[in-house]
Amino acid sequence: MSGRLRAALGLALIMALMAPLVPLGLWSVARGWFYPQILPDTWTLAPWAQAFAPRSDIPRALATTTGIALAAAALALALGIPAGRALGLYRFRGKALVELALLAPVIVPGIAVGLGIHGVFLRLGLTNSGLGVVLVHLVPTLPYVIFVMSGVFSNYDAEAEAQARSLGARPLQVLWHVMLPAIAPGVMVAGLFAFLVSWSQYILTLTIGGGRVVTLPLLLYAQAGAGRNDQAGVLAMLSLAPGLVILALVARQIGGRGMAFGGTR
Amino acid sequence: MIGRGHPWASLAPALGVIAVLFGGGLALGLAGSFGMGRGDGWSLEPWRAVLSEGRVWRSLALSLWIAFASTALACGLGLGAALLLRRRFPGQGLARLLFQINLTIPHAVGALGILWLLSQSGFAARLAGGAGLIDGPAGFPALTQDRFAIGIIAHYVWKEVPFIGLILLANMQSLGDDPEAAARSHGATPFAAMRLVLLPLLMPALIRAGAIVFAFSFGAWEVPVLLGQSAPPALPVLAWQRFTDPDLAARPEAMAIAMLIALVSALLIRAAFAGRR
Repeated sequence: MSGRLRAALGLALIMALMAPLVPLGLWSVARGWFYPQILPDTWTLAPWAQAFAPRSDIPRALATTTGIALAAAALALALGIPAGRALGLYRFRGKALVELALLAPVIVPGIAVGLGIHGVFLRLGLTNSGLGVVLVHLVPTLPYVIFVMSGVFSNYDAEAEAQARSLGARPLQVLWHVMLPAIAPGVMVAGLFAFLVSWSQYILTLTIGGGRVVTLPLLLYAQAGAGRNDQAGVLAMLSLAPGLVILALVARQIGGRGMAFGGTR
Repeated sequence: MIGRGHPWASLAPALGVIAVLFGGGLALGLAGSFGMGRGDGWSLEPWRAVLSEGRVWRSLALSLWIAFASTALACGLGLGAALLLRRRFPGQGLARLLFQINLTIPHAVGALGILWLLSQSGFAARLAGGAGLIDGPAGFPALTQDRFAIGIIAHYVWKEVPFIGLILLANMQSLGDDPEAAARSHGATPFAAMRLVLLPLLMPALIRAGAIVFAFSFGAWEVPVLLGQSAPPALPVLAWQRFTDPDLAARPEAMAIAMLIALVSALLIRAAFAGRR
């Protein structure tokens, strides 16, 4: 295949992948953009002004989504880094079983476990609360963090820790001055993607939050369903933003495989 | 690798959380599907009702169709995209970067974009109207909320082609050019070298990535609820309808449908992942 043909096909591929974003972006700067207008007759920033006006639900949803995603990512890191270290550095009986148990939550759809988790949380008084939503977001985020950290630790030289200890370093000093600098880039990638996975959740949030915890994806469908396409357009653009920032931050650092596992589902 | 050991103390917190949330969720869902937790013992009635209902089977068939079609198309196009992007061409670096964007887009955002792109008064229809190809919205084919779930499948293909493509690209990079070059030096055509040498080497990764796509497109809720027709609904949508039914007697049936979804994904995990080492 010639270079020119490849470039043409590549352009077609990228245009097809970008196409659904076009109407979303246009609605966020349009008023009354209906058939048969191809481009909006009226271009305006009014949807954005309205989205951040005092009576809008959007700023609150933005804060809720960010807070939940930050908390879920932090919890997933706290639990997932030690587990990733165990899987990356040690061979032990039952390891394959542990890995399978961690893979299952990635594959089994949210609705299949969500309805049962709702029963668990109902007994614990965690339904309809932000805390309950944070905890349920651990189901998709924690396995992801563990897999990333397990990969990081399998390339980590644990000998350096023994050397530091033999030179008199205390355990906490070893952790802080030896392990953390070595795994920091991996921790950042795992944390950013855990954030993104939580940020994108829909059905688990709806099941446990019971409609009281309103995140951006929920508000997006509510506004589109109410015919507020301009507000839905703004919400879509806001929802895209962290993913683009994260991609720009880490695209060079990790290869395509890492990105692929960081996908939002 | 430090070697053999018993690092259970570091694993226990994470495994405990997964066991309580995921294991507990499945266990309570299963118990609920037998009508337990409602104070009058257990019964097979919810399962009997669900399995004898034509609607459930139609929804199951629809979800399987969506999953099969989405997975096949995403795998085929993802392979094509990976073969395209692996060689140098003008703009390759930019194309590779933009190729990754879809992975970061929430499904709800993508599904709404597909709706506004493909519906009969959507962006594509307006372009067709502007070009004089159709007279009005009704002249544009029904691609969303349609019988064949074209909009739903389009969404999953749009979202998952980069996922499959990037996994294959990473595998191609670690394989290098040697296997194909060896086949070429024995007289294989480029296409034969790709089909008979490269493709079998990529197959394990393609099967695992395909299983993930299948499970997701089979079990996701936010995509068919927006892009699907109302009857029959996709199986996850049907489960949610029963779960939120004002008649609480429908809840055990919702749990039974949720367990059906879990069962299909368990079979997939077994087929694609178990015994991989």
